[in-house]
Amino acid sequence: MWDRNQMAARAAQELQDGWYVNLGIGIPTLVSNYIPDGMEVTLQSENGMLGMGAFPIDGEEDADLINAGKQTITELPQTSYFDSATSFGMIRGGKIAMAILGAMEVAENGDLANWMIPGKLVKGMGGAMDLVAGVGRVVVVMDHTSKHGDSKVLKECTLPLTGKAVVDRIITNLGVLDVVEGGLKIVECADGVTEEELRAATEATII
Amino acid sequence: MKKIYGSAAEALDGVLHDGMLIAAGGFGLCGIPELLLSAIRDAGTKDLTFASNNAGVDDFGIGILLQTKQVKKMISSYVGENKEFMRQYLGGELELEFNPQGTLAERMRAGGAGIPGFYTKTGVGTVIADGKEHKDFNGETYIMEEGIFADLAIVKAWKADATGNLVFRKTARNFNPPAAMCGKICVVEVEEIVPTGSLDPDTIHLPGIYVHRIVQGEHEKRIEQRTVRSA
Repeated sequence: MWDRNQMAARAAQELQDGWYVNLGIGIPTLVSNYIPDGMEVTLQSENGMLGMGAFPIDGEEDADLINAGKQTITELPQTSYFDSATSFGMIRGGKIAMAILGAMEVAENGDLANWMIPGKLVKGMGGAMDLVAGVGRVVVVMDHTSKHGDSKVLKECTLPLTGKAVVDRIITNLGVLDVVEGGLKIVECADGVTEEELRAATEATII
Repeated sequence: MKKIYGSAAEALDGVLHDGMLIAAGGFGLCGIPELLLSAIRDAGTKDLTFASNNAGVDDFGIGILLQTKQVKKMISSYVGENKEFMRQYLGGELELEFNPQGTLAERMRAGGAGIPGFYTKTGVGTVIADGKEHKDFNGETYIMEEGIFADLAIVKAWKADATGNLVFRKTARNFNPPAAMCGKICVVEVEEIVPTGSLDPDTIHLPGIYVHRIVQGEHEKRIEQRTVRSA
């Protein structure tokens, strides 16, 4: 079974040289720690920045320089800034090669739910609906099951959707699955996880 | 025409009325018009609708207007950091229209550019698409979203000259230019007013044509998630 960092490291293998990529909040943010040496990947922050740098050292935080998770960050030599309309223009316009996002539920047809639990948690979709509708490839990184052991990889999502048939690949603590015609296809199992265990933890159809 | 005003209260004098729609710049607490929001609180204007990506936190940003119950409705993409907001919303005291973040930004940009509606893929197949016109282009389905035409825009910039040409700083630009564009009247607060002619015309982010009133002031610029690495 993979931990958070191992899931992030596995997700980093999805990156390709020259890509512009958007990383969501949570485990996806950790992916930036595992970008292979020598690979040029430019991170977009949808609040209006290309070329996101590391967190600042103590004392060098700048209130005017944050990522989409509202954390203080730094700029790089290639950094550019722009307004929110321009930022989502490049997202909707298909200029961002890939988004790596967290999820509450994902379904076998690629439906994604990651923004709302009705009557309980009011947060909002932020930029997630725009990202999944616009970027070239959507990779979801999530725990395979809930705290109660219920599968979060489902035949159909039960929560309000973020996007319909938008997910291309699912990376969980148990393995990697692709959304294909007719269901999900196992790409690989996490360390120490058997195919039987992966199937047993998955409600969705595995073909 | 004089655009510079002596205080946020003076800059808002005569433009506030109950029930108005205000477009506000900012992302989280970054680049929010904090002085103008305080002045609106002090003015006591009620039943406000805000088009703003976020609703601030409990004691800063639009949060201060939630505490005084001056807000009737929010048009936002994310309100996760505000307990009072959640309390009022779940209690039915506050209306909320969720807009995907890019849709909200484009609605402001479109309103400012005289475009009453546009089509987007964002939200197709979700609750966001309910009740909206669907239309296919090149085999893909899109939904229609409407431009926002706000009664007032309140924004925060880094520098302005006396004619209202604006320069923003780093990610504090965010929603400020589109919000400014969609307001019938746009009031801007800045950290510094510089002499006209001192800004390089090629580096102006928003031309003064969009800006009607300017006020300079001291900004707290609160950080929401101070995150550092070890040196």
